[in-house]
Amino acid sequence: MKTDLLPLSQISDALASGEVSPEALLEASLARIRAVDGKLHAFLRLTENEAHAAAKAAAQRRANRNPAGPLDGIPIALKDIYCMEGVETTCGSKILRGYIPPYDATVVRKLKQAGAVIVGKLNMDEFAMGSSTENSAYGPTMNPWDLSRTPGGSSGGSAAAVAARLVPGAFGTDTGGSIRQPAAMVGCAGMKPTYGRVSRYGVIAFASSLDQVGPFAQDVRGVAYLLAAVAGYDENDQTSSKRPVPDYAAALGRGVSGLRIGVAREYFGEGLSPEVERAVRAGIERLRGLGCEVRDISLPNSPHAIATYYIVATAEASSNLARYDGVRYGYRARAGQLLEMYEKTRAEGFGAEVKRRIMLGTYALSAGYYDAYYLRAQKVRALIRRDFDQAFATVDAVVSPTSPTTAFRLGEKLDDPLAMYLSDVYTVPVNLAGLPGISIPCGFDSKGLPVGLQLIGKPFDEETLLRIARAAEPPGHRLPPIVEDH
Amino acid sequence: MAIDRAQVRHVARLARLALSPEEEERFAAQLGHVLEYIERLQAVDVSGVEPLSFAGDAAGGIVMREDEPRPSLPRDKVLAQAPQQDGKAFVVPRIIE
Repeated sequence: MKTDLLPLSQISDALASGEVSPEALLEASLARIRAVDGKLHAFLRLTENEAHAAAKAAAQRRANRNPAGPLDGIPIALKDIYCMEGVETTCGSKILRGYIPPYDATVVRKLKQAGAVIVGKLNMDEFAMGSSTENSAYGPTMNPWDLSRTPGGSSGGSAAAVAARLVPGAFGTDTGGSIRQPAAMVGCAGMKPTYGRVSRYGVIAFASSLDQVGPFAQDVRGVAYLLAAVAGYDENDQTSSKRPVPDYAAALGRGVSGLRIGVAREYFGEGLSPEVERAVRAGIERLRGLGCEVRDISLPNSPHAIATYYIVATAEASSNLARYDGVRYGYRARAGQLLEMYEKTRAEGFGAEVKRRIMLGTYALSAGYYDAYYLRAQKVRALIRRDFDQAFATVDAVVSPTSPTTAFRLGEKLDDPLAMYLSDVYTVPVNLAGLPGISIPCGFDSKGLPVGLQLIGKPFDEETLLRIARAAEPPGHRLPPIVEDH
Repeated sequence: MAIDRAQVRHVARLARLALSPEEEERFAAQLGHVLEYIERLQAVDVSGVEPLSFAGDAAGGIVMREDEPRPSLPRDKVLAQAPQQDGKAFVVPRIIE
């Protein structure tokens, strides 16, 4: 198999042994993007000049036997929500078309220091609001397994790029499932770390009490390398934690025998596709076979998570997105009066889903409704978190499906916002509780579409999560047809 | 829960969004549908529960840094992104006659 088709950690090994060079990897990545991205639309733009310079510098360090780490010379790509100095960053929105950030997000700075070769910016639902990448102002991304289906969202470009081997690794963001759900839809690994584990400085805000940065790769070891490069305290994000960052890769070899895994009945109820359930139950049996102790648990308030989320997330979004007013950056509509300028700029700059969520959040925070909606949602959020705290007294991790169905068709849920929201029914509770979660591939349905298995961990216990994910991930990696055709 | 067009117009004004009559109609229906779903939260017993505004690192708490002056982004680089500016400040339509 060509080196660039291997999972990230094996590419890293090939770089270390000198079997392949950073420049050759970059060329292979760019060639594959040119060959297939016309059909996928994972990328919004390439950063070829920066990438060539980074690959050359990485090659020099590798030649001097002084690599910056396991990522040195590996091509990666970023969801277009990360500010990168000098490179247009749109967040999938018309309102930020042409915006060129004057600084790097902390994650971008750290990835550059780790020697990663950033090849471009990836498509996403506008302001990360969506579960299909169809809300991008620049057109949808297609699923590499079936071009008539979505790759999930909102980090659909990141997921599709990794699944189609355009890059070995990518970064997305996850506010209610936006890394784990698309990872499940395209059959790769995607992790949302604990709230506070990775800095959000320079990552365009959607819902600040929920947003978290995280990686995609084909393999769990690759995810561990990517997480290790970006985790840690940052004085520019006051929610980032000062806890030391463990050696995630070292944790992977420790095995899983004796670990206690919880299965919550609330995550196997109405709305779950029988084919997804069958694949996930088989995954749980594999964990049992590896020596895990599987226990039935209950998370009774998780079924309230979607309703809670659509108050909390929209309230925070309505406040965060108030900054797009046509004054300091981005689009400005023509208007004679200031108020008219604000209203027209936002009317012309935002897409339908973003407007819907701003409206819902503004309504929930408005006079007379605050107690009934926002305050009540925060109390239910406390109950959801309490359920997990109680569960983690008896289990080391919780296992569930990542999403109730496999990838759905483009357009299928566009006119029914609520149906789209329910695609995140198993991922949203994890964000509300601030916990780490990972989705790993767990077989295929009868249409040949990937199924994802979600693991949920204790706060700041990414190590145990990665250990279990490593043990449970499939031994081989089937290639989607778009890669084989090319 | 039903939401009428007058309410939609009021909220749109609070959110600084100019909506077309067609959007007002569509959002009234769609927001009503979502609010109906959210109504289920009213049935949850939350008596005595403290609201959770964010699930932060309880052990470490919110980290505050020292409040010391430090260089900010260069003014010209920041102003370069503005739709209208005069080299020193952002320019907006006149608000005081």
